[in-house]
Amino acid sequence: MSYAIEAEALTKRFGETTALAGIDLAAREGSVLGVLGPNGAGKTTAVRILATLLRADSGRAKVAGYDVASQPQQVRQQIGLTGQFASVDEDLTGTQNLVMIGQLLDLPTHTAKRRAAELLEWFDLAAAADRVAKTYSGGMRRRLDLAASLVGRPAIVFLDEPTTGLDPAKREAMWDVVRRLVTDGSTVLLTTQYLEEADALADEITVIDRGRVIAHDTPLGLKRKVGGQRLTVRPTDPDRLDDVRVILGAVSDKPAEGGGRDALSVAVTGDQAMAATVARLHAADISVTELSLHLPSLDEVFFTLTGQRTDADEEDAA
Amino acid sequence: MTTTLAKEAAVETVSSTAQTRPATSPRRHIKHALVLARRNLIKTMRTPEQLIDVTLQPIIFLLLFVYVFGGAISGGSRHDYLQFLLPGLLAQGIAMGSIALGQNLNADIEKGVFDRFRALPIARLAPLVGAVLADFFRYVILCLIYVGFGYLMGFRATTNPAGAVAAILLSVAFALCFCWISLWVGLKVRTPGAVQGVMFLLIFPLSFGSNTFVETSTMPGWLQAFVKVNPISHLVEAVRGLMLGGPVTRDLLWTFGWMAGLLALFVPLALRAYKRRS
Repeated sequence: MSYAIEAEALTKRFGETTALAGIDLAAREGSVLGVLGPNGAGKTTAVRILATLLRADSGRAKVAGYDVASQPQQVRQQIGLTGQFASVDEDLTGTQNLVMIGQLLDLPTHTAKRRAAELLEWFDLAAAADRVAKTYSGGMRRRLDLAASLVGRPAIVFLDEPTTGLDPAKREAMWDVVRRLVTDGSTVLLTTQYLEEADALADEITVIDRGRVIAHDTPLGLKRKVGGQRLTVRPTDPDRLDDVRVILGAVSDKPAEGGGRDALSVAVTGDQAMAATVARLHAADISVTELSLHLPSLDEVFFTLTGQRTDADEEDAA
Repeated sequence: MTTTLAKEAAVETVSSTAQTRPATSPRRHIKHALVLARRNLIKTMRTPEQLIDVTLQPIIFLLLFVYVFGGAISGGSRHDYLQFLLPGLLAQGIAMGSIALGQNLNADIEKGVFDRFRALPIARLAPLVGAVLADFFRYVILCLIYVGFGYLMGFRATTNPAGAVAAILLSVAFALCFCWISLWVGLKVRTPGAVQGVMFLLIFPLSFGSNTFVETSTMPGWLQAFVKVNPISHLVEAVRGLMLGGPVTRDLLWTFGWMAGLLALFVPLALRAYKRRS
């Protein structure tokens, strides 16, 4: 078996809303599949179907070689689930939560306790082990959620937006956890709204929008499609925008476009663009309030791929 | 976190735990249900105010009904009314005590705890049975409070201790069947508040449209017809018979019949709702 996750033409409607309009997903064993999309794209619905929590209207999906619709119990033995939806019990302590899940996975009590202690240590929660989860900070809760999904050492782990709402330092820590899971041989399906996150973790990225796959590629291939890094310049004096446009035009073969209020941004390749821009800005005596090199935002990715802006107000269905 | 990561990277390996799990067996299901029952008990211990409906509420009901209505009903004898009323209030308390079960289950769904359980390789019924088992203790507390506080107010079982114990056991057993209605409602409606609303719609006619508060013979004929099939009426009559004397066989059989009927109808309904809820 070369694919840990295989989904074909999955569809799901909730009343009038089409959450999934026929999507294909595939993750090789031991790899990370990043599913990138805005709110309402259908990411959560897809994860819920793959984790046997929801039935697709049509299409089929196999997880660890088992059909999610006809062999759900076998699938459940192989998966761990962390998401906006699957949560720990906030009235129980960290230890009680993890031991309970261990017992439900048929570990002998002493093994469940040892496993709980091991995970709490790993996720830096040992000091809070005997505190009720209600008292945990957002980041601690998220770590306990993730720990809870790893009690049974699942071969396949679903992480639904694991870092949404976390500050950058916590996000880095979460990324380390994902990398370690893969080192240990797990397959990870990760949904995210950040290209940066998918780029940092995923072996392959599937971009979905309004229930459809709009791109599937390696991070490198995807970045090639959407123009790789972007350089954004915001001059202190907005009257100098035209001068900035000329400078950016000289460092890139693509035209500069609006990068927010009184700023310009341009797709760049190679390491020289930043240095060249700094030198030219200095020579032209243009002072700036922002000068940054970054991966395109989700909005920019979507604009490039679909020619449309994302509808950020739309809530994720289900 | 990062330092621990590197240090312990070797410890963590994907083992074959998943593949070596024992096959489905009744013993395994029972164990899962007990583990989940324990979880509900821990939650109750941590928030004792969840026990108000089976501790303070019975005391307030006893005091209110006996001292407000007692003088007007039963020919003015409050003691006689207490004797008549207590078995009835016990049945009403059991029906009302079940509401919390559906509310807690609904809150679990809202908070996502429910999805965590549904993604585990355990029987679908386990979380529901676990919740019902944990509720057992609440019903025992309810019965002890009613009988204990009633005793302080002057209630006396006039049969024998065995009869009184049998009455309590019957009440608790009935409660464990009746509460599946609440579980089902908890799975069907959207908020914990709605569970209470729906259950009140059911429980008020059942508990007041019965022989709980007044003799059936004082009611109009159409109402008597309802009272005579009402499961609460039969439970009340059986408890009265066991505690105060009189014929019990017929009402016991009716009660057992209702218990079986409630389970046969609402266990599958709850299970179906559990599977479909998303």
